[in-house]
Amino acid sequence: MDPSSGFDGTADVLLVDGRVAGIGKDLSASGAVLFDASGLIVAPGFIDMHVHLRDPGFEHAETIESGSRAAAAGGFTSVCCMPNTNPVNDSATVTSYIVERARLRAVVNVFPIGAITKGSEGEELAAIGSMKAAGVVAISDDGRPVMNARVMRRAMETASAFDLPVIDHCEDLHLSAGGDMHEGLESVKLGLRGIPSCSEDVMVARDILLAEVTGARYHVAHISARNSVAMVAFAKARGLKVTCESTPHHFAVADSDMLPYDSNYKMKPPLRSKEDVHAVVDGIVSGAIDVLATDHAPHPGSEKMQEFEKCPFGITGLETAIGLTMDELVHTGRISLMKMIALYTTGPANVLQLKDRGTLAAGGVADITIFDSDRKWTYDVNRSLSKSRNSPFDGRQFRGGPVATIVNGSIVWQAE
Amino acid sequence: MNQGLLGIQGLRRPDIEVILDRAKYFQPLQNESFKRLDTLRGKMVVNLFFEASTRTRISFEIAAKRLGADSVSITASGSSVSKGESLVDTLNTLAAMRPDAIVMRHASSGAPHFLSRYLPTPIVNAGDGTHEHPTQALLDARTILDRRGRLDGLRVAIIGDIAHSRVARSNILLLSKFGVDIVLCGPASLLPRELAQIAPGVTLEHNIREAIRDADVIMMLRVQLERQHEASYPVGEYFRFYGLRLEHMELARPNVIVMHPGPINRGREISSDVADSQRSVILNQVENGISVRMAVLEKILQ
Repeated sequence: MDPSSGFDGTADVLLVDGRVAGIGKDLSASGAVLFDASGLIVAPGFIDMHVHLRDPGFEHAETIESGSRAAAAGGFTSVCCMPNTNPVNDSATVTSYIVERARLRAVVNVFPIGAITKGSEGEELAAIGSMKAAGVVAISDDGRPVMNARVMRRAMETASAFDLPVIDHCEDLHLSAGGDMHEGLESVKLGLRGIPSCSEDVMVARDILLAEVTGARYHVAHISARNSVAMVAFAKARGLKVTCESTPHHFAVADSDMLPYDSNYKMKPPLRSKEDVHAVVDGIVSGAIDVLATDHAPHPGSEKMQEFEKCPFGITGLETAIGLTMDELVHTGRISLMKMIALYTTGPANVLQLKDRGTLAAGGVADITIFDSDRKWTYDVNRSLSKSRNSPFDGRQFRGGPVATIVNGSIVWQAE
Repeated sequence: MNQGLLGIQGLRRPDIEVILDRAKYFQPLQNESFKRLDTLRGKMVVNLFFEASTRTRISFEIAAKRLGADSVSITASGSSVSKGESLVDTLNTLAAMRPDAIVMRHASSGAPHFLSRYLPTPIVNAGDGTHEHPTQALLDARTILDRRGRLDGLRVAIIGDIAHSRVARSNILLLSKFGVDIVLCGPASLLPRELAQIAPGVTLEHNIREAIRDADVIMMLRVQLERQHEASYPVGEYFRFYGLRLEHMELARPNVIVMHPGPINRGREISSDVADSQRSVILNQVENGISVRMAVLEKILQ
């Protein structure tokens, strides 16, 4: 199945020298290695445009190598890593380190995302042009959003000139300060301080207005609040270059589903109300949401095994993305399998303008995701290829999941 | 399975009634010259207080001792907690010493709930962050029952910083199970609208005079505006709009009682003349604290 062409049929896919050579019935090539994908879905390689590889600086949580292995095990052939490393990826030097490290150690393609501001401190613009030359595909101060609207405006102008999208983790830090979970009845019941939906909404609104002023390509990271989804739909209707992504946990889990005080349910943006979850799913169905991305955020157990208020934000997600998407969106009949594939392939490839990716067209890079739409399997976090274990989906049974991952023509992961 | 007491949430009305009845049975003991029973002889209760508290800690200590149990108290300062040991490690170390119950106060909401998933020892929550303080709600209910003979149908006004009050949360959950008409009152920034849905029978009010009107019970909460994370309300005018004064008493039912979990801030949330008046049952609450905690410890340890 290839959303880029609409092809949906039983056929052979021939890969030659790291490129797709063609799709058709009974293709043959002498000396070719045969992979029997009978009964399975063969799709363009899935792209996760929002992960944290923690490298450089936090290698106890994840490395480019371990994160890439977890990505492959989740069916992803490409990941985009956020710049909140130590040092922050705000210069060509750090970008080059990531690119080089990935070339040596990663089993999937790694596309770095550069910082918007130096040190992601929200004040002075980072070396955006140099980072682009070194390989970044977007800029973002993910997790430490640019609070100064004037700085954000300048960033959008600069990014626009370099033809880079600006990705924003939309959170007004004043409104969210001190919060540990979504502000609502659940937070009031649990006596935890809230992160209100409006902390996301006001930033989405601000950014859309700035995107209109600057003409920039603007992308909302991990959208979670219903008003934000509505505003992105509004921006699209106005013809602005505005896109957004949702994570599997935000379309699959609401605040009322949390195991109380279990830090594996703590992330930013927080798990929102049932109404927000429904709005996110509706946004995926309607097309207001362009991309699914995991926001894979590994933290070692020692950091997650403490009082809820003290735990860092974030959960892993690479290995459970396909399972959650199949369970919550495809098997429920909300979206077609073709649409599901598009959200992980053409969706991110378009936002990031990744050439020859997210497609099975002849000449494209031979990145292939092979998955089963029906196989039942159970996620065991202790067998994760990530260095971290912070997933709320340990022990969950899924229907449908990755079977094999091919990157640049080589099988880099295969289910047991 | 951990059979402690983590919160009023999770208790059923009959469970609460058993504890309150048992507490009543223990009340006369407080006036005996020999105050000690030996029902829990040989049992060990550890009081682990990560947050400063005098009255609750002492109350639990006395309750344990009156039942014949041994009791040791540990406060956060001067223990391994201040040396950077994690909460799980601290509790595992304590659990290895085989106490029969751990009474715990912690500044983080849910800390005892989180620990109870990893520890076999029963935990009694002596206050967790801004979440629950179940024994306070139980002793408050005992105090109301002593004065009114019933809870059903009463009108109880809870006034102050509801948002950050574990006393309020536990009281709301308990009183709601008994069909009490609960009015919550405080500045809008300290009274989240979601509270109206937290339990049946709850209404919200921003005007203290309306909240007190026809109340059978007025529960004042300790206000520590200067300890909040942000300026939620101007300190200077708190008493003017939310402080309980003698002039308010005529709005309530004639036999209204005034409660406060203590320690009280005279002139901040309650005037001295009200605190010292015949309406005030603040010291009865303290006294009932021991009987109620005896009932709780006995239920858990026997």
